[in-house]
Amino acid sequence: MDMKFKGTKPSRRSFLTGALAAGGAVAGASVAQGQATPDPLITEKQPWRQYLGAGVDEAPYGMPSEHEAHVIRRTVPWLTADPISSINFTPLHELDGIITPNGLCFERHHGGVAEIAPEDHRLMINGLVDKPLVFTMEDLKRYPRENHVYFLECAANSGMEWAGAQLNGCQFTHGMIHNVMYTGVPLRLLLEEAGVKTNGKWIMVEGADAAGMNRSIPMEKALDDCLIAFKMNGEALRPEQGYPLRLVVPGWEGNMWVKWIRRIEVGDEPWHAREETSKYTDLLANGVARRFTWEMDAKSVITNPSPQAPITHGKGWTVITGVAWSGRGTIPRVDVTIDGGKNWHQARMSGPSLNKSMHRFYYEFEWDGKPLLLQSRAHDNTGYVQPTKNELRAIRGENSIYHNNSIQTWYVNENGEAENVEIS
Amino acid sequence: MLKFLKIFLPAGAGAASILSLAYIAADQFIVDIPAPIREAIELNAAQAQEAKEAKAAAAAELAARNEELALAGLAPSIAGGYGLGREALVEEIAAWDDDVRPDGHGLPAGSGDVFTGEEVFIEKCSMCHGDFGEAVGRWPVLAGGFGTLTRQDPVKTIGSYWPYLSTVFDYVNRAMPFGEANSLSPDEVYAITAYLLYVNDLVDDDFTLSNENFNEVRLPNEENFKDDDRLEVEFPQFVRPDICMENCKESVEITMHASVLDVTPEETAAREAAEAAEAAAEAAPEATVEAAAADTGLDPALVAAGEDLFKKCRSCHQIGEGAVDRTGPHLNGVVGRAIGAHDGFNYSGTLADAGAAGGVWDEATLGAFLANPKAAMPGTKMSFAGFKSDEDIAAMIAYLQSAGGQ
Repeated sequence: MDMKFKGTKPSRRSFLTGALAAGGAVAGASVAQGQATPDPLITEKQPWRQYLGAGVDEAPYGMPSEHEAHVIRRTVPWLTADPISSINFTPLHELDGIITPNGLCFERHHGGVAEIAPEDHRLMINGLVDKPLVFTMEDLKRYPRENHVYFLECAANSGMEWAGAQLNGCQFTHGMIHNVMYTGVPLRLLLEEAGVKTNGKWIMVEGADAAGMNRSIPMEKALDDCLIAFKMNGEALRPEQGYPLRLVVPGWEGNMWVKWIRRIEVGDEPWHAREETSKYTDLLANGVARRFTWEMDAKSVITNPSPQAPITHGKGWTVITGVAWSGRGTIPRVDVTIDGGKNWHQARMSGPSLNKSMHRFYYEFEWDGKPLLLQSRAHDNTGYVQPTKNELRAIRGENSIYHNNSIQTWYVNENGEAENVEIS
Repeated sequence: MLKFLKIFLPAGAGAASILSLAYIAADQFIVDIPAPIREAIELNAAQAQEAKEAKAAAAAELAARNEELALAGLAPSIAGGYGLGREALVEEIAAWDDDVRPDGHGLPAGSGDVFTGEEVFIEKCSMCHGDFGEAVGRWPVLAGGFGTLTRQDPVKTIGSYWPYLSTVFDYVNRAMPFGEANSLSPDEVYAITAYLLYVNDLVDDDFTLSNENFNEVRLPNEENFKDDDRLEVEFPQFVRPDICMENCKESVEITMHASVLDVTPEETAAREAAEAAEAAAEAAPEATVEAAAADTGLDPALVAAGEDLFKKCRSCHQIGEGAVDRTGPHLNGVVGRAIGAHDGFNYSGTLADAGAAGGVWDEATLGAFLANPKAAMPGTKMSFAGFKSDEDIAAMIAYLQSAGGQ
């Protein structure tokens, strides 16, 4: 594996941080280091030990430490024509556990962020119902509520990687996903309120934004587990996530989770809106396209180490971690390989295993300092195992754009620097 | 009384209560009830019993379901709903319910021809999509691409890919023009749709599209879509309980590197830019819009109003730090700048000519342009219709001065 590393270099800051953590010894080893000279951080009085810090109310709405200023969503400017109808990515390599903080949830807008005062928002249900209805936010908050943790993944997540390894960083290859706890009203209760006629087999959901986003959803799903949500992680939805009201469609592609939802029409047939014909259909190699590919297949990715998060401590004990999810249920198992798939190890799952939620896995090992080829593969509770990129290509070709749930490979060189690669 | 009963007999299984009353009344006069009446009464009683049982069954089903829901921590249903919300008015539904389906459901009355469509398209759409739907920059290509779906980098246009014409109508009506959504009349949408058929070689130039003939038009790629078949095609291959864990392959080779393409955004550069911006913000903590406005003698309220109005402009223009040319030129320093003279932007002839003739964007020229762009600069590619009030124009000029510098 003699190769030249040309990917994104780890920043000076991450090297410094790594060096400090290792007590000044960059070339680490598996045993505790001897220390030749006393560490001034211990022997000298530090200002934070002597002088008073900020009082309460310094920041009425708390923000992360200034040392975390690099933990932000990032975009890939060449992907889209304009930042108003575009996407940015969740910094997965900086996160742990299963919950995505609200300010780091990736954004995808088609007409920018709609600014709507909650008292000005209305939700209408019309079409094949006994009684067309209008709800205010106040009305909606009088219904029984439910709390659920669900992942939201854009169908185009990893879509740039079909034709080959392209982007160096799991933020860019896998960051069109977030996982938060939603509070909302079951859509079932609202449809029951309106009284769906017997020929009402589909709903069309529509946003109040400048794109008027609309999608068709089969009635069975609408009555099953969809939510009309107004909170994420306990607080109001962020404007960029649809404040004051969004649809939650558990396990299904993110485009259907219409933000700023203002209308639900009940009909007897699907609408074939722009976002389910011209976009979000999966073109196969033979020119035929799959449509209504709603469910997100099981998928996983190692978030550390990865191109934006190299190993900075040298050889010795190393934590590999990542996330896994499935639109069809839970993830009872993830396998990890460090030698490109010759041998696999069952990873340790940690944190709650919730239906259609992100799962966190760890694999700890003693790194010998030699190059690694890292992969993870998720098993979901249906028995489905995440396929390789070539297995998916054999079925779908390279023009699908959407629903790329294949196994990701990171090459880690002797210096701990990681790169996005494909392997045989 | 018998006559009364006879009248009701043809109604057969009418209201049981009326028949029962009739039976009681009839009983006073006759000993034997004629068979058809007795049957009708029995039938009704049976139906009433059935309805009662069905209702009880539904209630039991709901109760059982709610018990199940409660066990799962889910919210209970109530027969007939919670009684929240209010009935939508006909006018309200009419105002929002404008979606269109492939079967023509939802189409408004109206029509538009290819020639009108070309005019509207060039005025309102071509700055992003090109005069013939060929697209500018990375905006969507709308025409051509026939025969490309099976090759590398397929060109998916209305003609080559979209299955239904209704999608064009629905989308143009709801989301276009970008930055001024939902502003086209039904006739304009018919005309644009007709023009898009024309540039895709699907109709002749004398074609008129209307709600009458809409369903006769079929797009060529309609048959090449199929419903999701992953469960049938992919699951059998990917459900693998006995997947290999040890010695699964002999050798491994790297076949592709992302660094070869080198398209990852430069994180260090982005971070340094962010840090520089942060440092600048710390150095000048008072540099708010208001403060800047005060320094320049601009009315802060006017500047704020202008900032709000700028939403109408930002689909094409950027202003402030880091602003770059988009569909329209960036507007930093536009007030006081020579017209159509910002380097690197491809202006329409009128603006370039005005600049060459010494024209400058001052309050008078900007005011006239913002009030009615097409009248002030005939031939401009800017598709904005113009601000209606003098206050809005003053606010916009104040904002341009404040945010873009003078």
